[in-house]
Amino acid sequence: MMDDLKELYQEVILDHSKHPRNFGKLDPCSNEAHGYNPLCGDTLNVFLNLSSDDVIEEILFDGKGCAISIASASLMSEIVKGKTKVQASTLFDKFHDLVTKEDSTLLEDDDMERLVVLAGVKQFPMRVKCATLSWHALQSALNGNKDTTTE
Amino acid sequence: MNKISSFDVERIREDFPIFLEKIHGKRLTFLDSGASAQKPRVVLDAVQKAYTETYANVHRGVHYLSQQSTELYEGARKTICAHMNARSVDEIIFTKNATEAFNLVAQSYGQLALKPGDEILLSYLEHHSNIVPWQLIAERTGAVVKAVPIDSNGEFLMEEYLKLLSPKTKIVAVTHISNAIGTIVPVKEVIKAARDKGIPVLIDGSQAMPHMKVDVQDLDADFYVFTGHKVFAPTGVGVLYAKNDWLEKMPPYQGGGDMINRVTIEKTTYATGHSKFEAGTPPIVQAIGLGVAIDYVNSIGFDAIAAHEQALLSYATEELTKLNAVRIIGQAKNKAPIISFEMEGVHPHDIGTIVDQAGVAIRVGHHCAQPLMDFFDVPSTARASFAFYNNTADVDALIDSLKMVQEFFG
Ligand SMILES: Cc1ncc(COP(=O)(O)O)c(C=O)c1O
Repeated sequence: MMDDLKELYQEVILDHSKHPRNFGKLDPCSNEAHGYNPLCGDTLNVFLNLSSDDVIEEILFDGKGCAISIASASLMSEIVKGKTKVQASTLFDKFHDLVTKEDSTLLEDDDMERLVVLAGVKQFPMRVKCATLSWHALQSALNGNKDTTTE
Repeated sequence: MNKISSFDVERIREDFPIFLEKIHGKRLTFLDSGASAQKPRVVLDAVQKAYTETYANVHRGVHYLSQQSTELYEGARKTICAHMNARSVDEIIFTKNATEAFNLVAQSYGQLALKPGDEILLSYLEHHSNIVPWQLIAERTGAVVKAVPIDSNGEFLMEEYLKLLSPKTKIVAVTHISNAIGTIVPVKEVIKAARDKGIPVLIDGSQAMPHMKVDVQDLDADFYVFTGHKVFAPTGVGVLYAKNDWLEKMPPYQGGGDMINRVTIEKTTYATGHSKFEAGTPPIVQAIGLGVAIDYVNSIGFDAIAAHEQALLSYATEELTKLNAVRIIGQAKNKAPIISFEMEGVHPHDIGTIVDQAGVAIRVGHHCAQPLMDFFDVPSTARASFAFYNNTADVDALIDSLKMVQEFFG
């Protein structure tokens, strides 16, 4: 039992949840979206500055959430900075597989290697949405939508 | 059923087969009865028996099984009628849950009585199911929804209520007990004040029925609603008690079989009493199970149940208070055994996941009471809710598992 929990709440996750990186509001910004998880009532806001050639130049997020959702948002913000819109979408797909598919060994790049700390949520199906909330919000922001829910 | 003379919780736990289950290899600590209660063997057996030995549709056959089934189904109605002290079985309507009962009253009473500018008075303690149906009918009729505020302990503010009651108020709909924080609302006073002004009152008894004896005549409620699955009965059945005067005046909620007197293509005349509001094949076996569940709790007795549960509530409150960084949300003077709490620096979802690994089942989230959560300015809380089958070992397991949470996040 402790093993599953330790797998879920790894040091990196606890660290990012207690000291989230890129936490705050970006004002003004080119794109933003509000992610809402109706299951728990948590919200995460993602703010971006997207360059003319669709590169994420700046990203900040804020909101309230559990350790998993805050850590995931924090890690995401570090990883997608400097990526193009298309690259970020591809990463989201891979990340989604990582947290939902049983034997996803998609560790072919450094980014996924950093995200693998979140693979533990697979054992906790009710928590997958916590891990993906920020990514859904990012996706919405990139697509120019304002609001998104995990439902 | 044998009368259980003195309250023996260990003996009672044996009536609930779920307690034989291991959760993640651990003893089950079930502290989520507020969401839905576990089922005693007598209820499970009655359900099984109703399907295997006496099953047929009700009210529509002259054959043996249909009569058996009808007798059992109507017998359950009698049990509930006696338990709530309704005047007549005509006043006991089976619905599919509490939610359907609220929608029934909102739509049907709303159609009868609500006009633009009329007011529907709720409270900040309400479950979404006693808010949203009123908003829907308000939108359709032009009526306005208002809510009685609470104080920082989660206490229903009687003076504010009295101020909000106005000639425009056409119905008051408040909960007997808050599912999120356990506040017991003095509903008798609430009803009395409205009665003096000729305003009907609906009480949401979903959380009250498992913990206390409710007498609808003593309360003088116009409508009293509860849901079966929280009183140790199967899912899929709820009850609306309604004064017969209203049932006569209110238009049907749904049309269909069983609720008619005579149908022609041009016009239908309706059945009376509960039948008018029970369209279609009802939740037959679930209702039978509900009758048995009510008999079962009465065999234990609400005096014994309340004494045991209040002792658990005090013990749990005391132990939680000893934990650093735990804040109990909702400190009303009179509370049901429901405790909402926050832990500093730890989100309720993380608490829920970690204690679950220790076999401890609690509810985390907004408890379908977002206006209440907004009042306390929290998106969600962790909630431990007790039933008479809980014991002090359950409280100890909760506290130990919360210490584990603190270790993780410490
Ligand atoms: C106070 C209260 N009212 C109403 C309900 C709704 O019950 P149901 O979902 O069975 O209709 C609940 C249960 O969640 C409740 O706790």
